[in-house]
Amino acid sequence: MVPLSWYLVLSAILFTLGVVGFIAKRNIITIFMSIELMLNAVNLSFVAFAAHWHQLSGQVFVFFVMVVAAAEAAVGLGIIIAVYRTRETLNVDRVNLLKL
Amino acid sequence: MHLALFLIFGCICVAAAVNLLVQRHPINSALSLIVVMGSLAVLYLLLGAEFVAAIQVIVYAGAIMVLFVFVIMLLNAGVEEHTHGSKVAMRFGAPGAVLFVIAVVAALLRRGPDEMLPIGAMYGSPEAIGHLLFKDFLLPFEVTSVLILIAIMGAVVLARREN
Repeated sequence: MVPLSWYLVLSAILFTLGVVGFIAKRNIITIFMSIELMLNAVNLSFVAFAAHWHQLSGQVFVFFVMVVAAAEAAVGLGIIIAVYRTRETLNVDRVNLLKL
Repeated sequence: MHLALFLIFGCICVAAAVNLLVQRHPINSALSLIVVMGSLAVLYLLLGAEFVAAIQVIVYAGAIMVLFVFVIMLLNAGVEEHTHGSKVAMRFGAPGAVLFVIAVVAALLRRGPDEMLPIGAMYGSPEAIGHLLFKDFLLPFEVTSVLILIAIMGAVVLARREN
């Protein structure tokens, strides 16, 4: 038997790791994977709350989050390919046309 | 049993997520993310969400990660280079993240012993989810299909060679 708060703690740890990866990594694909990690952490807390309150709506919402994640991955990877074609790099520090 | 499985797969999950950050090559990060998703699927099963666990493996670990690995291979992504910005972010971000986690954990655990979650009660069956999805959530479900269609067209347009 596991308390609900333990699942929430695990979710918080995963989300924070995702945020750290988003800020500290410089490869655009790894940054994207950090975003997926954050979405997964949120999904975990959705499912934990759904189990806690015996409400299936939380699991349906996880389904929608997955759909958004899939759409985001498809479009984002398309953008990455387009960026690589024009800039020849995956390092976000070198994609700095809009910087002063 | 529930506690042991939770601890084992929770630790695997966190370890793989840390490995995602530590690894320099994107393909290693992608493989650790697959491990994270697999262990999360086991945690979903522990919570009784069998449908979510199944689509976690099929859609996330299957489809989305294959897309990631495909792009990494296609672009022949090499080892990530460290820059001044990433070092600064790591120096201030890592302690900040640890502090944030400690604060959240303290806030969550201060509530005292809350209700225990039951094990083995599989109420998130595909049948129940389908009932909910096609009755109460019919409009969001249909809107989702439009979203997917737009995403497909956007991906095709973005990745097309311009000439």
